[in-house]
Amino acid sequence: MVDAPATLPNYRYVSRKRRTKEDRRFVSGRGKFVADVDVPGMKHVAVLPSPHPRANIVSIDTSAAEALPGVHYVLTGDELAEGTNGLFHGLDIPNVIWHPLAVGMTRYAGEWVAAVVADSRYIAEDATELIEVDYESLPAAVDSEKMLDEDQPLVHPAHGTNVLFRKTWEWGPVADDFASVPHTVSYRARWGRSSTVPIETFGVVAKWDDVNEIMDVWASIQMPQYQDQIASALRIPMNQVRVHNDVDVGGSYGVKRGIKHTVLVSYLTKNLGFPVRFIEDRLDNMSGGDAHGPDRIFDITMAFDDEGVIKSMKVRALDDVGAYPGRAPLQLGKPITALCGPYRLNSIEYEAISVTSNKTGQVPVRGFGQSPTNFAVETGVERVAKYLGIDRVEVRARNLVRKDEFPWKIPPGSKYDSGDFHAVLAGILETSNWDNLIARRDALRDEGKLAGVGIATCLEPGGGNNIFEYLFNPKLEITTFVESVLIKVEPTGAITAVMCTTTSGQGHETLVSTIAGEELERDPDTIRVVHGDSLEALPTRSPVASRMAIVLGTATSKAARDIKAKMITIAAHDLGVERDQIEYGDGEFSVRGNPASKLTWPEICHIAHKQFHRMPPGHELGLQSYAVQQVPGAGSLPDENNEVPLYPCFSFQAHVPLVEIDPDTGKVKVHDYFIGHDCGTAINPDIVRGMIIGGVAHGIGAALYEKFAYDSDGQLLAGTFVDYLLPSAHEIPPVTDSEHCTPSPMTSLGQKGSGEGGYLGAPAAIASAVNDALAPFDIEINELPIRARDIEAALYEKTK
Amino acid sequence: MTAVEITLNVNGHDRPVSVPPRMTLVDCLRDMLRMTGTHVGCEHGICGACSVMLDGEPIRSCLMFAVQAEGHKITTVEGLLQSDGSLSDLQDSFWECHALQCGYCTPGMLVASESLLNENPDPTADDIREAISGNLCRCTGYQQIVEAVQMTAKRRREGASNG
Repeated sequence: MVDAPATLPNYRYVSRKRRTKEDRRFVSGRGKFVADVDVPGMKHVAVLPSPHPRANIVSIDTSAAEALPGVHYVLTGDELAEGTNGLFHGLDIPNVIWHPLAVGMTRYAGEWVAAVVADSRYIAEDATELIEVDYESLPAAVDSEKMLDEDQPLVHPAHGTNVLFRKTWEWGPVADDFASVPHTVSYRARWGRSSTVPIETFGVVAKWDDVNEIMDVWASIQMPQYQDQIASALRIPMNQVRVHNDVDVGGSYGVKRGIKHTVLVSYLTKNLGFPVRFIEDRLDNMSGGDAHGPDRIFDITMAFDDEGVIKSMKVRALDDVGAYPGRAPLQLGKPITALCGPYRLNSIEYEAISVTSNKTGQVPVRGFGQSPTNFAVETGVERVAKYLGIDRVEVRARNLVRKDEFPWKIPPGSKYDSGDFHAVLAGILETSNWDNLIARRDALRDEGKLAGVGIATCLEPGGGNNIFEYLFNPKLEITTFVESVLIKVEPTGAITAVMCTTTSGQGHETLVSTIAGEELERDPDTIRVVHGDSLEALPTRSPVASRMAIVLGTATSKAARDIKAKMITIAAHDLGVERDQIEYGDGEFSVRGNPASKLTWPEICHIAHKQFHRMPPGHELGLQSYAVQQVPGAGSLPDENNEVPLYPCFSFQAHVPLVEIDPDTGKVKVHDYFIGHDCGTAINPDIVRGMIIGGVAHGIGAALYEKFAYDSDGQLLAGTFVDYLLPSAHEIPPVTDSEHCTPSPMTSLGQKGSGEGGYLGAPAAIASAVNDALAPFDIEINELPIRARDIEAALYEKTK
Repeated sequence: MTAVEITLNVNGHDRPVSVPPRMTLVDCLRDMLRMTGTHVGCEHGICGACSVMLDGEPIRSCLMFAVQAEGHKITTVEGLLQSDGSLSDLQDSFWECHALQCGYCTPGMLVASESLLNENPDPTADDIREAISGNLCRCTGYQQIVEAVQMTAKRRREGASNG
């Protein structure tokens, strides 16, 4: 998949076609997901959702539910709020209180009001139907734009407004730049409320042991600072929480943040004395799981010259985070790291507004706000091309950062590390056979069909340092996001690596074993990778932000190189030569110029563990090394201009789809999809390709099908897979992925992030293609998802 | 609720089990028989994660009661393994093609694919997409799954012609 292996180091394992470490257990049916965890004596939870978007809870009668045989306990919000602390928010909003069960008031339809613990999930669900809640229904706050008005119903009355955050930044001379060029376009782009919706819902099992004072937690979690937040909510020390990171997570893509579920079951097990399990059913997940994604309105003005060179832009982004914000508002912050996309803008004004509403809460979704932002920026580039009548590929070429300009600093302060954007763009035109694709489009149009070719060029920032938290909340003075690994070599020579988080399909065991194998010249298939639990683990911030290849990968290189250095020291001492006289290759340490004088890998391991008399004086026994990796290039707070590097590595992608639209129904069919992609050194090409194509599929869903729609009263209209449409193998076309490789200077082997890849550009590319198809009718739709009925209605308006 | 004594034939073995009449087949397989290879995704018959074969045909085990499955031959992902416990050619091809990421939909995908190959030893890419279109995957975009099924079909055809 790497297009120019001759120009790369001659890796043995890295970038080679190799089977993954993880897949074998999954194809055997032997994955260990949270619902497979069977803790003896565990009981089961079901929750009762509120039917009202906004209501006062007048009274709750649990007596009939408690009387049902098999029911052990019924928990209400008042008791839980008494016994636990409120859950964490990213913003400084002390009067927005969040508990796992509603307290006094329900703030969205589907919010959990009570929880039943019973012998089985079946009985627990029966019992929820016996709980009698007296509600006083109230009007709901639903329309995000109206939240800026004062007369809306308040979601959190104590907060006094539905605006949670509003701030404007100006990076560079925006007014001067606007004055210096002759043209502007202003437009609105809207990103619909969708999410990643993994096929596995969220689940958690907790077991409190009051003799050993320890809370064991098994969960389908992908979340930084999970154990910290459990301990904080339960008012216990962090070393009384043991999160088991060896649970396989059935997909997440950012959203598996079940802190409220976890606090709920942890409280229950601590008070009831037996293990408690809660596995969401699909309705729990979609309506009450607080796992919706960004719901965003962009109002943007771009300023550009006669040649289509974009000088500056003003962006207002209004995001509806639902009733409980958690970490979600920070999704307006991460895109600051690539706010102008891959383009050479000189200045940017950015107003970020986060509002609360009577809807299900929002969580981080794949890319942490970057995909909506990329869609909004690409919409503007298309507008500029249309305004000037310049080809849209050409406009992009004129604005892309050039390969001799890296590292390229953008106005907010991030430095794009490396790339050859023009080569990837030229490559995609060739791979897609662009002219032929346009000819095919025109042939379809000649047949009376609607057809369009789309294009998008986007960045995937990887490995964030999370300083955007500080930009949004100065109380969060965080300047790093560490990741760690421990590698140890046993007396017999076998290698074990301990990573410190869960995995949800990204192939971290393959990542660590491949890099460790490469560095140590040992077969990765023989290297075991385990997931240490949270008490055994070294510092971690979990596999978010396309960061693991960058941070965990570089940590692995460092630890492995350190082990190799230690082995060379032992060999030099034992063979009686200086360190620099030792050559290492293929598991043998030999004296330069005297290959017969050597020690093998197992011999050195034996010495290190068992033969003190042969060890260099003062040298640590055993063979182990750990690395705690700082985010490359990070560590400072923003300067006086609020400029700060946020992400160290930037992968690039160019997307080209061909779509056909049925003129009668508005249904879009994606015929072909081409993507050119550069994520530096691909550690495992099959994994990179899978995440890229899977990301494209996810992006097609967000562009055309997926929406958590609400009615004007605040009722969720998409609580099942019949209403919330996930693309099947019919909707996803074959995707042609061509890989480029511009190694990053920031990482150990030149790797960058790739997990968010396809998703960050596909929505923009599909919108581009659909609007190209609709252009002959002078229709432009800049609101995602663009559903068949939206297109049909627009066509009807134009042709009636 | 009175439990019912039934015997389910799972992967060639008769398994007596006592279940409430309302228990779904997937819950029975997972919670009563502790065969956790089959997964629960949506519980309303859309996602296909719970697919098992009933007399060779793929069905949704979340839409069937366990008591309805008595007298039928049930095949789960565990039953696709060869008798010595090694991977079947289909499972091996999924591994070779990296036809999965998180692995959650994989058992259902394997069941749907095996059912297709039993009926059609030489499926086109479109045939495969049709056969797995009732199984949702959020990781892969389906492409490497299609490639894995094609690889299996090729292996079987070549194996048949060699043997």
